[in-house]
Amino acid sequence: MSRPRPEPVQVVKQRRDAALTALAHSIPYCEFLGIQFERRGDELTGIMTFQESNIGNPMLPALHGGATAAFLEIASLIGLSWSTLWEDMESGVLSLDELEQGHLPRLPKTIDFTVDYLRSGLPRDAYARARVNRSGRRYASVHVEAWQDRRDKLFAQATGHFLMPAPMGS
Amino acid sequence: MSKEQLKQAQQFIEAIPHAKALGMEITEISDGIAQLEMDYDARFVGDSETGVISGGAVSALMDTCCGAAVMSHPDVAGATATIDLRIDYMRGATPGERVIARAEVYHLTRTVAFVRAKSYDNDRANPVATATGAFTAEKKA
Repeated sequence: MSRPRPEPVQVVKQRRDAALTALAHSIPYCEFLGIQFERRGDELTGIMTFQESNIGNPMLPALHGGATAAFLEIASLIGLSWSTLWEDMESGVLSLDELEQGHLPRLPKTIDFTVDYLRSGLPRDAYARARVNRSGRRYASVHVEAWQDRRDKLFAQATGHFLMPAPMGS
Repeated sequence: MSKEQLKQAQQFIEAIPHAKALGMEITEISDGIAQLEMDYDARFVGDSETGVISGGAVSALMDTCCGAAVMSHPDVAGATATIDLRIDYMRGATPGERVIARAEVYHLTRTVAFVRAKSYDNDRANPVATATGAFTAEKKA
């Protein structure tokens, strides 16, 4: 029994990071809100860097519910897209060149999104991780959690349903 | 609704940094009903392929609009916060067009305001999105 020799680490990283960068850049609203993504293997964490323009209650102060909702929705979309992209990227259906040129599958479309506001968002960085609970050919269900200082103390969570794009090349 | 009331409401909206950053404009406010509008802006786009505004930007508009409706209710004292908000996206808003959200408080208890909202672009017959939410509220004694 033999297995193919694993690819060099930098090749793997370059391809995965190029895919993530291209994905985040396909959503201009990320930059407006100060959202970025970090990757550990296939696990993604969304980070919404604090900025004054995301404040909704200047008296407390607290993050705007709309900024929180948008952060959760974008984290869900990127997480969902990433999970489908991963297969195509690792199997070589998508080449590094294509990824670097931003040739990505179409983004899923949000059908509905329900946000549960657990406590007010503090004026500091926020983090989010999405979990794809079901991803079918046409529809997907995603749950996402957001926290600030402590991972187990969520300030918001959400569930959304998404319409999946047609597979690439169809 | 007097011009003075609308001016005051607009000042209130502009005191909210996120609402100001999104350029929200209040065009109606009275007794548990609010209407807010937002211009198209390339920075708000959610899919660079299509140029369609991000669902998140529409959520922010509807959330603010629902909050304004709660605060305009004659029986509500003070501020409000979102407990839960569900948004249904019917279609992408047409790129370049202004988005208009309209919210109404349809039920108020001693502690909770139940709110409904709809968003449109120029095509008033086909809503872009609808929302239903629960908001904290303190009913006047």
